[in-house]
Amino acid sequence: MKYSKDIFYQLNIKRQCEKYGLSLWQCPQFLFLVMGCFIIIVSVVSYLLGIRFIVDPEIVALIVLIVAAILFVISFIIIKNFERLAEVSRMKSEFINIISHQLRSPLVNLKWSLDFLNLKKAEIDAEKREEYYSILQDNIKRIIELVNDITLISRLQEGENASIKKQKIVLSNIILDLISQFKFFADSLNIKIEYDIASDLPKVLADPFYMRLAIENLISNAVCYSSKNGIIKISLKKENNNILFKIEDSGIGIPEEDQKYIFQKFFRAKNAFNKKTDGSGLGLFIAKSIIEKFGGRIWFEPKKDKGSIFYFTLPINN
Amino acid sequence: MKKILIIEDERVLQKTLGDTLRKENYEVFSALDGEMGLKLLESQNFDLIILDLLLPQISGFEVLKRIKENEKTKNIPVIILTNFGSAENVDKALELGVTTYLVKTNYSLPEVVEKVKKSLL
Repeated sequence: MKYSKDIFYQLNIKRQCEKYGLSLWQCPQFLFLVMGCFIIIVSVVSYLLGIRFIVDPEIVALIVLIVAAILFVISFIIIKNFERLAEVSRMKSEFINIISHQLRSPLVNLKWSLDFLNLKKAEIDAEKREEYYSILQDNIKRIIELVNDITLISRLQEGENASIKKQKIVLSNIILDLISQFKFFADSLNIKIEYDIASDLPKVLADPFYMRLAIENLISNAVCYSSKNGIIKISLKKENNNILFKIEDSGIGIPEEDQKYIFQKFFRAKNAFNKKTDGSGLGLFIAKSIIEKFGGRIWFEPKKDKGSIFYFTLPINN
Repeated sequence: MKKILIIEDERVLQKTLGDTLRKENYEVFSALDGEMGLKLLESQNFDLIILDLLLPQISGFEVLKRIKENEKTKNIPVIILTNFGSAENVDKALELGVTTYLVKTNYSLPEVVEKVKKSLL
């Protein structure tokens, strides 16, 4: 039943085109239909011309078949490319929709906080005023971070990009630097960061700025979602032809039903909302895009007790 | 003193709206998700509910449905305060018995307070 419904849906060209938000002449499904009709017409014309000028019917049939096959292959390639373009365009509009939604929350926060400060000035004490100024600052920071993340995603999604420079880098230096950067924040929450970073590891081919960003997102998540007195363990070692990074936290963990979505854009696990409210849901997506950009792989494993382990590998540059 | 329950996961909005309504002499309670909100509705009596639609645990629509199915809470006026302004959502909310549907970006804080006052008349 579901299968036949799918077929009817596929046959409904108007609806298919509406999905992409394109006019009929830009819509891949409609163009495929037009191409199909064109192939039939060309086949009939070649047959008619063939029987008029060529005596052997077998040769006529063969010519018609070859012409139809060539046209079919060409049209298939063109339509597939159109379909890809249409899909990219659909994804972009969806992305813009989500971004505008994500921007609305901090903007409304700003608007309403200012409204509150403007209510009756005399009735708002200094402490409350300070509190609201800090809300304003936090939300401006949130908007700036979101805009920066979006620019970054857009750069990462472009094929070749001049701003991404691959060079031989030592990952351990970046990680040690980030650990010392996060130490102060982790100490304030009584979270211990333990690490085992091999110093003589081979270099990898990547952009140091982007790699720093990817690892920073992973460490930041581990610290922000850990409970007080938690432990974070970071290691970096060689495994076959790869460098393996591992970060283990004793945080809130990721609910089972959310696990398959965590690397998606703007996804935040249900329990993350209660822990850290200003997350944009882009950190892991950015980390994944960066690691994959440099030929690596990223994944995670839930811990049996509490917390998660995130891994990534990057190929060693020989 | 009239009692208002705000079910909203955005802490800042919960705070700004809560602080403003308290200044207007309402007793305000807040819940960060639907489940917490429904528990508060079970344990206490409220005169008005302000409900967001995008909530972390149960969706705002589900919370609304449960409020309207419950004998104790079905007559409490509900104001929807959300970022979703599609006609489909507005119709769905009105069908479920919502009295006021407000899109956050379209209203200032004093305007929302005015709507609250009207709903409590």
